[in-house]
Amino acid sequence: MSAAEEAIAEGHEAVEAVPKRAMTLGTGTSLVVLAALLVVPMFVKNFIIFQMTMLLIYGLAVLALNILTGGSGQFSLGQSAFYAVGAYTSAVLMEHANINYALTIPVSAVICFGFGYLFGKPALRLSGIYLALATFALATAMPQLLKLNFLEHWTGGVQGLVVTKPDAPFGLPMSQDMWLYYFTLAVTVAIYIFSVNLLRSRSGRAFMAIRDNEIAASSMGVNVALYKTLAFGVSAGITGVAGSLGAIAVQFVAPDSYTITLAISLFLGMVVGGVGWLPGSFVGAAFIIFVPNMAESISKGLSGAVFGVLLFLVIYLVPHGARQVAIFGQQLVGKLRKN
Amino acid sequence: MLFEKTLRAAALVTATAAVTLTSGAALAQKKYDTGASDTEIKIGNIMPYSGPASAYGIIGKTEEAYFRMINDKGGINGRKINFVTYDDGYSPPKAVEQVRKLVESDEVLAVFNPLGTPSNTAIQKYLNAKKIPQLFVATGATKWNDPKNFPWTMGWQPSYQSEAQIYAKWLMKEKPDAKVAILYQNDDFGKDYLKGTKDGLGAKAASMIIMEESYEISEPSIDGHIVKIKAANPDVLLIYTTPKFAAQTIKKTAELNWKPLQILTNVSISVGSVMKPAGFENAQGVLSAAYAKDSTDPQWANDPGMKRWHEFVDKYMPGADKSDTSMVYGYGAASTLAKVLEMCGDDLTRANLMKQAASLKDFAPDTLLPGVKINTNPTDFAPIAQLQMMRFKGERWELFGEIISGDIASQ
Repeated sequence: MSAAEEAIAEGHEAVEAVPKRAMTLGTGTSLVVLAALLVVPMFVKNFIIFQMTMLLIYGLAVLALNILTGGSGQFSLGQSAFYAVGAYTSAVLMEHANINYALTIPVSAVICFGFGYLFGKPALRLSGIYLALATFALATAMPQLLKLNFLEHWTGGVQGLVVTKPDAPFGLPMSQDMWLYYFTLAVTVAIYIFSVNLLRSRSGRAFMAIRDNEIAASSMGVNVALYKTLAFGVSAGITGVAGSLGAIAVQFVAPDSYTITLAISLFLGMVVGGVGWLPGSFVGAAFIIFVPNMAESISKGLSGAVFGVLLFLVIYLVPHGARQVAIFGQQLVGKLRKN
Repeated sequence: MLFEKTLRAAALVTATAAVTLTSGAALAQKKYDTGASDTEIKIGNIMPYSGPASAYGIIGKTEEAYFRMINDKGGINGRKINFVTYDDGYSPPKAVEQVRKLVESDEVLAVFNPLGTPSNTAIQKYLNAKKIPQLFVATGATKWNDPKNFPWTMGWQPSYQSEAQIYAKWLMKEKPDAKVAILYQNDDFGKDYLKGTKDGLGAKAASMIIMEESYEISEPSIDGHIVKIKAANPDVLLIYTTPKFAAQTIKKTAELNWKPLQILTNVSISVGSVMKPAGFENAQGVLSAAYAKDSTDPQWANDPGMKRWHEFVDKYMPGADKSDTSMVYGYGAASTLAKVLEMCGDDLTRANLMKQAASLKDFAPDTLLPGVKINTNPTDFAPIAQLQMMRFKGERWELFGEIISGDIASQ
């Protein structure tokens, strides 16, 4: 039994210890997935490409939450606020300052990192459900802040801002959707590698030490305050990038796009994907994008109830989400090999 | 044997000739874009069946039922309507996803009556770039009447601005010396009304309007604003609010023993959810305007149009709450689309659909007030622009005066 399996067997806490080795996929599997992501868009309709782009974008946002919760053990229901800040940063820079879309993304990352880092400061005093409540407040406040009168000149108020979709550069013969997909894929891969390395580094070990036992971590010389706020900053920064990409893909930002529902969806995606298992973020994103559509096709009037039943089944049958399924699959393959 | 062969050959020749003839005729007359065929017209729609605005979901259900009725009667020009409707949860990103699904995966001819200003803004650019009709959008914002920049987008209901202009025109005529105070919601909805009122009053706006007071939708109560407005002592109060605040306003003015002339937006005229909670005795004499018939009003009991509506609801939506104005709305919008599709004949291209939608002449759906007619032309993409004033008396609204047009120039 590997350590991860043990954790699953005995783990009943919300955030159980995940050893860093179990946080990622093997190199071979990763390459296969990457190849599939590169090839598939060439054979499908633009609409499917758009959905895949949204999958990567929500996957990034879930990944960011996963670093915060799975990595450093802090809860957040306020990710929609960081997502909104990222989206508006890109939209405002593109539409009012005519800055190239690609350049707005690092700006969003920096602004959101700062925002998250500063928010992490007061959040230091809170833990568990109290932190969840504080971030919840942030998520509920954000759509109203975006409607404020003195910001309206920039944000467009309730009307929102329409964003121009970029064409493929250098005269590449591909549609806007396909170009945006590959662009998003490149950003996603870069951030994924960054995240994996971050969690394997000294900082990542500090995050996990804090998650597992704060007192033990501080007695071992980990600067708890610094690393907790840092985790918030990194998480917010990545969410901001996802927000920017989302604004460009959807071509529209409005306060109603970034309500608490989005934050809850992202949280849901993390739980379904498996807390602390980074590749699971994308499985979770697929869940929050496709399962509501499935529920709707089953029953229009009761789509919410059907979604609830499906979610309940997932939580009941595989409480550790996609990670549990992946480990089960791995064991199966192992057994088959032995035979 | 030989005879049989000849007969068979003759039959074959006749059959071939017949096929050639009909297909030749088809080529000459019938024209189709994606989503239309000899047997079917595919129409897409998005509605908030879930989320904060899910109360409006009944509009989509009514439209679905309406097209079911049309199909039972044999369809339009022999073609059945395939109405595909998806939930956008009142969320703009979801609206974009669902509309792209309708266009690229379901391949609909047009997107009809999508609901909500944010959702429509989110999909407008995409649909216009793809030249797909965004027909009869379910929002009262003024910006949908912009055929020059968005030739594939058209509104349906009277815009908030044109309604406000009607109030302004009425005031100029009946109370030219009024001291007007305006209470409005601080968002696109309230600001559209404010602008319409000022435009309608024109040069007199500056002297007539003595106070503009706004409130946030998040405020629990607007009593404080009413007290403040009363202190300025206006004799006309324009109430541009959503239902909850409208009820509060009417109630508070009565509590303050203050009796200004009150004019209420069409959005908040529901007897059940505004006038009753405000107190019928407090609401006497309040003015507003309407374009559709009220399903609970007994004066339409013998109206042939409303009788058809009642029959439709009884048969296709049994058990539905008939006092829900959304069902009157959905019926009216769906019958407008049916009319336009009928006018298209066998030329079911997207361009022709827009052309026909922009050439409606005096069309009167069953559910609109007598005299209110739908008119469009290539430079006027605002189908309904007429309303009639009404006064609250007893426990219901009484219509008075003539049908007034609030046509405003397209942007």
